[in-house]
Amino acid sequence: MSLSLFALQLVNGVEYGLLLFLVASGLTLVFGVLGVLNFAHGSFYMLGAYLAWWLSERTGSLALAILVGLPAMVLIGLLVERLAIARLYRRDHLSQVLLTYGLVLLFNELQRALWGNDVHGVATPRALSFTVPLGEAQTWPAWRAFTALCCIALAAAMRQLILKTRFGMRVRAGASNAEMVEALGIDVRRVFSVVFSAGTALAGLAGMLAAPLTTVYPGMGESILVLSFVVVVIGGIGSIKGAFLGALLVGIADTFGKVLLPGFASAMVYAVMAAVLLWRPRGLLGPAFEGR
Amino acid sequence: MRRRAVLAVLAVGLGAVALSGDRFWMQFLGKAMIGCILAMSLDLLVGFSGLVSLAHSAFFGLAAYALAGLTNQLGLVSPLLTLPLCVLAAGSAALVIGWLSLRATGVYFIMVTLAFTQMLFYLFNDSPALGGSDGLYVAQRPVDSRLAAYAAIWAATILVYLLLARILRAPYGRTLEGIRDNEQRMRSLGYATRRYKLVAFVIAGALAGLAGYLDATLYGFVNPAQLGWRQSGLVLVTVLLGGKGTLYGPALGALLLAFIEHYGESVTEHWNALIAALVIAVVLFLPRGLAGLVQGSARG
Repeated sequence: MSLSLFALQLVNGVEYGLLLFLVASGLTLVFGVLGVLNFAHGSFYMLGAYLAWWLSERTGSLALAILVGLPAMVLIGLLVERLAIARLYRRDHLSQVLLTYGLVLLFNELQRALWGNDVHGVATPRALSFTVPLGEAQTWPAWRAFTALCCIALAAAMRQLILKTRFGMRVRAGASNAEMVEALGIDVRRVFSVVFSAGTALAGLAGMLAAPLTTVYPGMGESILVLSFVVVVIGGIGSIKGAFLGALLVGIADTFGKVLLPGFASAMVYAVMAAVLLWRPRGLLGPAFEGR
Repeated sequence: MRRRAVLAVLAVGLGAVALSGDRFWMQFLGKAMIGCILAMSLDLLVGFSGLVSLAHSAFFGLAAYALAGLTNQLGLVSPLLTLPLCVLAAGSAALVIGWLSLRATGVYFIMVTLAFTQMLFYLFNDSPALGGSDGLYVAQRPVDSRLAAYAAIWAATILVYLLLARILRAPYGRTLEGIRDNEQRMRSLGYATRRYKLVAFVIAGALAGLAGYLDATLYGFVNPAQLGWRQSGLVLVTVLLGGKGTLYGPALGALLLAFIEHYGESVTEHWNALIAALVIAVVLFLPRGLAGLVQGSARG
């Protein structure tokens, strides 16, 4: 592998990892704060991608599609939280797995009924359809660069929000002891529903950003769900910083795996996961003790 | 006592179907009983050990693929050879995956079993040498008549029930239930809890392999979708529908689900939406499953 090809794979891996972070951060946040393991999280990614495709067909612009699609995702998140997730707060893991598994089936069927089973391409906005030269022989699509920058900005904003604001303080408090927070007169349920819909929107946005890169197809939610789980297992559940680290690791491992071991495209990622499990069963930055 | 009588009548009834020689019912009930084996063996983990595993379909699929490989590549057909080898393959995979997954606990365990299952799914789905997304035919089935296959499935279902019932009555089974209820306490009592759980994981995986072997025998065909996590989810649903923590519950759940599936498919094209609604309804309104209805409020 030449140096410039290596650099290209590296930036691709980082960009993919950043996208994974958008999805995985919502998953880990929802578990950390609400205590719910949400299998339907990948479905939100799929919904985002399909919305991006469908709306940009209607409006003729991906930017407009994202502007309309994001509030729609927030709304979907609020609805799902109120109707389904809210009933899981005091239930065991099995109920959480099964109810959200039911949601996955429901969303898959919805996608099939509304949009069919075809694969769709989404055009990148014209302003961003050029490529950036990288080294001597390689170029990098500007949309990938834009995606990476968006993700970095969002990650930074999330960090500020959680660490520096009053709302962030409530989120952190809710994560460590929801009952105590409630006793102090804070409406925990509202914090929960905001966190859940924010996670939904982040996953949806990741789907929208990925749509021009990966095309839009049935089952795209499930492959990203599994990778997000791997990210969360590596990073430690409930830890945003861990999710960031894990996502970059998985993104890079997956990208290089595809180049180096094309027959076993995904094996690399699982090898990394197995290694982390052997070394630190609760993830790189997970809690030191057995939590919930 | 009454429960045992009902189960015995049911078993005899299922056996009597073979006498009728009806092709459709043998195929349909054969599939349903394979579902019983899967659900009962998964309940050993979910209901009795407190382990929510999503890897069950992986062991099912691995054994089915093992049969296709042994027959197509090595020309082995006799069930005396292929059955133990396929179950052994599933059991060994369960040993490796279980050893790694059981380092994690709680939700980590769920996510890790899901990840390994999908790893195997992509392995079979993406490599043309292993049949790709179309799957593989078994060139020659271990038993060539449908009647023999049905009889084998029927006998296997009863044997698995008896075996699991025996295991659960033994001190080993009691220990598993102790671990489910309070692992910390069992550990302080000196039990090597992880080893107990690993043994349960391997037993359940080998039995899932048996189910996969029987499925490939009945249909002569295996595809990667049978290996994917959605299949595992469906078995979990069966366990919950029937009632976790009992053996007869998941078995009845599997039979019931087979009927719902069969008639649901003929009613609507969006059959999956129906299943989704059923899953959600069971979780919300019937957390102890059908067995819970039978037992009333006697057990907490």
